[in-house]
Amino acid sequence: MSDPLIRVEGLAKRFAGRDGAHATVFENIHFSIEPGEFVCLIGHSGCGKTTILNILAGLEPATDGYVFVGGREISGPSLDRAVIFQSHALMPWLTVMGNVGFAVSSRWRDWDRARVRAHCQKYIDLVTLAGAENKRPAELSGGMKQRVGIARALAIQPKMLLMDEPFSALDALTRGMLQEEALRICAETSQTVFMITHDVDEAILLADRIILMTNAPNAKIAEIVVNTLPRNRNRHDMHRHPHYYRIRNHLIEFLVDRSRAFDEESAASGYDPRHPPLVRPGLAGDSPAPEHSIPARPPTAAKPLVAVVK
Amino acid sequence: MGRASRWAAPALSVLLLLLFLGVWHAATLPTAGQQVVDAEYAKLVGAAAATGQKTAFPSPADLGAKLWQHLKEPFYDRGPNDKGVGVQLAYSLARVLAGYFLAALVAVPVGFLIGMSPTVYRALDPFIQVLKPISPLAWMPLALFTLKDSSISAVFVIFICSLWPMLINTAFGVASVRREWLNVAKTLEVGPVRKAFRVILPAAAPTIMTGMRISIGIAWLVIVAAEMLVGGTGIGYFVWNEWNNLSITNILAAILAIGLVGMVLDQMLARLTKLVTFPE
Repeated sequence: MSDPLIRVEGLAKRFAGRDGAHATVFENIHFSIEPGEFVCLIGHSGCGKTTILNILAGLEPATDGYVFVGGREISGPSLDRAVIFQSHALMPWLTVMGNVGFAVSSRWRDWDRARVRAHCQKYIDLVTLAGAENKRPAELSGGMKQRVGIARALAIQPKMLLMDEPFSALDALTRGMLQEEALRICAETSQTVFMITHDVDEAILLADRIILMTNAPNAKIAEIVVNTLPRNRNRHDMHRHPHYYRIRNHLIEFLVDRSRAFDEESAASGYDPRHPPLVRPGLAGDSPAPEHSIPARPPTAAKPLVAVVK
Repeated sequence: MGRASRWAAPALSVLLLLLFLGVWHAATLPTAGQQVVDAEYAKLVGAAAATGQKTAFPSPADLGAKLWQHLKEPFYDRGPNDKGVGVQLAYSLARVLAGYFLAALVAVPVGFLIGMSPTVYRALDPFIQVLKPISPLAWMPLALFTLKDSSISAVFVIFICSLWPMLINTAFGVASVRREWLNVAKTLEVGPVRKAFRVILPAAAPTIMTGMRISIGIAWLVIVAAEMLVGGTGIGYFVWNEWNNLSITNILAAILAIGLVGMVLDQMLARLTKLVTFPE
């Protein structure tokens, strides 16, 4: 196995409480991302998902722990790690071309105007926004705005793309289209991606590995789910694959149930935060139990599962 | 409906103006020669004053004639106490613009600094809070004493009164630039100068321009009072001089001119504000 592109060791975030005690949002976060891999982090709101992404981006300091990119510890934001923000964060006084161009000319300061434009055009075409170059963000739909955000992030050719719930503010139809485009673009550019989401289907569609986080306070990585669906999956027939519902049910069961009471569960199973269990629920029916066995569910919690399986 | 509503407002405006002029005209009509004062007193002050036939207050027609006279020859100069309204307005405008641009030169950079640094903001805040509510005219004696020139003192008064809105709005605009835009700049490793000019300035420009618009309005209000004090030239001095001449017609003409110039200044700044405003 090659050296991971990103290695996160013992990351923690604590806030000083009013009485001097520290409130721990998350701690003991260990994971790594291989080059070309698409990794999703999934968990309930408040568990510090966005904080982890901001720490990886260099926008926020961690209370504890280290992040290594390509073997070197990060010391702040970098053009190597482009961020796609949930709220697209486009500058409303610039056109589409201006927004992408601002990023490109920040990356390559010695490029002349024509070269910047040509480079921007390539990425505007990639996100299928050709023809809207001179529009301002206010004239674009939510989906188009987020495409500009994606083009801006990709145009600086980062080693790593960090996405913070990039599609959650969009309507369902637009979200589906953009997810597919993200899949296509990542396949075309073999981009390494770390994405935050709380949408289970989005995670299954896009991610190679899905990191499951428990609830705050003291959130931690419960396990890492390997997506065993073939990489050429798509939104339309993904659900026909036998692995799909196994993975989906596993994820939802975790979010509904286990994310809350993970401490009790982990105490019994010899959980090690440095090596959170790697599970393949997609293979659960075909092969013996994975490294980590799911404990029996209490009878009271059976209700949500009905809604989940449909 | 669309066409009707388009013309309804201007028509109503014209109607109101006509109504106002009508009432004014009726109020200034000479009344019948009725003795209102003692006969001895009437001999003393003259028949016109005694009967109240003709008040010193002009009718709309008097004002119209005066305005026509001023419009025909706005820039004449027949000595220190007899200059055209145009010349006086030009003096006032020059003072306002000088003080205003000096204030902008100070307020925008300092406001930027205050907006960028919470420490500087907290350090300067008490001074701003104390200095801001001071009437600009209160500075006048101090300015006259230190600067020893009435015209420069008037410019100083304009400077000090247009400083605060620009300073406070710039600081506020800069401090409330959306965090996500700053984060974008951070992740792109944008340097501080490029960040200031390419991100913060355009983001804060609408707020800064709003401050500049408030400032020009205040400056134009204050210049009239300042020139009444310092005298010599300017539209404020003109108004005071015509009061001493008891020419209410000229005062009314000047008031109208002050209003019109103020409106033009405000509209110019409004246009500029619109230019830098971006739709969200």
